Amino acid sequence: MSLNTAMVEKYRNNFIKEVAGNVEEGDWVRMCMQCGVCAGSCPLGDAWEHTPQEIFMLIRANKRDEVLKSDSMWMCTSCYNCIVRCPRELPITHIMHGLASYAKKLGLAPKENPTQWFTEVFWENMMKKGRVNELKLGLSLYFKDGFAAGIKEAMAHQKLGMNMMKAKRMAPMEILGGHGVNDLSGLQKMIKKAQDIENERLEANAK
Amino acid sequence: MAKHEYSYYPGCSSQTGASSSNLMRSVDTMCEELDVKLNEIPDWNCCSASIGYGKGSVLPRMSLSARNIALSEEHNPDQDIVATCAACWLSTKEASERLHEDEDMFKDVNTALAEANLKLNNKTPIRHMAEVLIEDIGFDALKEGVKKPLEGIKIAGYVGCQTNRPFGIAGESFENPMYLDHLVDALGGDSLPTYEKKVQCCGGALAFSEPEKSQEMIHGIIEAAYDNGADMIVTPCPLCQANVEIYQDEINAKFGSKFEMPVVYYSQLISVAYGRNSKDAALDGQLVKAKKLEDIAG
Ligand code: SF4
Ligand code: SF4
Ligand code: SF4
Ligand code: SF4
Repeated sequence: MSLNTAMVEKYRNNFIKEVAGNVEEGDWVRMCMQCGVCAGSCPLGDAWEHTPQEIFMLIRANKRDEVLKSDSMWMCTSCYNCIVRCPRELPITHIMHGLASYAKKLGLAPKENPTQWFTEVFWENMMKKGRVNELKLGLSLYFKDGFAAGIKEAMAHQKLGMNMMKAKRMAPMEILGGHGVNDLSGLQKMIKKAQDIENERLEANAK
Repeated sequence: MAKHEYSYYPGCSSQTGASSSNLMRSVDTMCEELDVKLNEIPDWNCCSASIGYGKGSVLPRMSLSARNIALSEEHNPDQDIVATCAACWLSTKEASERLHEDEDMFKDVNTALAEANLKLNNKTPIRHMAEVLIEDIGFDALKEGVKKPLEGIKIAGYVGCQTNRPFGIAGESFENPMYLDHLVDALGGDSLPTYEKKVQCCGGALAFSEPEKSQEMIHGIIEAAYDNGADMIVTPCPLCQANVEIYQDEINAKFGSKFEMPVVYYSQLISVAYGRNSKDAALDGQLVKAKKLEDIAG
């Protein structure tokens, strides 16, 4: 049984309990008083299908798919406007990140959303060396829609790339290696352990 | 011995050859002038910024920041950690606070850290370079060291989001922080306290994944600087700097604007005002040349 099916069976019609038990800072959702301050705070506000306020309402209303399959959380720029304004002091940014990451873990995140894709490339790029290789990160972003689209995209930004190189702010040799941590195996073992602890807990919750 | 000494977390984007290497170079110069010694945290790792969350959930992210704090506590004991990148500062400080509040998570993180033979005590203050300038050195002392005042340069102070929220700088408001304006004034430049986009988000990491939506906001940030008569923008945040500077050609093509607005770091302003040359102030790293600063720096 997939983790998603197991969670559905376990929490039948009690989505807020599922969120409280499994999503980063999810227990805070109960504290929302629907005042709407956060809804007006997101810089990409027009692009949100559901504002944070609506998402919290939908969670209470058991609209599990509508929340987890939404691309709304993926529009969060982590600007922290909402956090400093919310009268109930909900850690809204973290809940948005938590819902996004939970949806991705369950395989429900919208595949065509570029930010959910970028976050994965970023994380994997970083895990290889312990530090981010900006050039590879940029290139994989161009080539996300396939080779032909990638060439077009890279051409469109060619002048920018050349300028960055001239200003010595983009090192072409980075593609061959670049910066990284020395104790890479320690770092990777540490992350593996952290992931194992977390996944075991999720699986236990799903039983 | 240096007057001030800190454990330094430079962050990925500040490494040699990376997009913000001009920040790193000008910070080095600034610290020489201010007698500040920065001891880099040995073998520091990326914090995964505000974008790694989708794939890296809470505990792995907390462990990344915890590893940096643990390394600092082991190698640079009793030194505050100082970051120059807003996102580095935010993730590290956030991790430190959450691990103080949540004992179970603190235990879990130490279990993970043990795999790398490290241990977190979590006793180290996590600070931003702006706090060092304002709290440990102070505007008055900063003013005293000025050799070449930035006379006649109108500078819009763009604070952005993450240097400002959720932690911010003590005594400043979230909606209208004034410290960049005070800094500009201390250096003899003309601040523009009415610049209304000073805390407007630039899109952050979404400038990569949602370029259209972000460039619309960046357009507004630059337009408002022109409306206020600015010669240049100053910012403390490497991602803000990159986002607001490097897309100006693309934005001009899209919006029919004619932007050519230099975007510099506070550390570059200080380096020039303290008499250092363009190279030491890393002005050669600008895509949009800051000519008025270059003229003073020589
Ligand atoms: S600002 Fe806070 S209380 Fe108000 S709707 Fe948003 S989350 Fe709920
Ligand atoms: S942090 Fe995210 S949710 Fe909060 S206001 Fe900014 S974009 Fe909206
Ligand atoms: S915030 Fe950016 S630069 Fe800083 S460590 Fe994280 S990814 Fe690297
Ligand atoms: S203004 Fe932009 S880069 Fe700077 S902190 Fe905000 S989102 Fe990040």
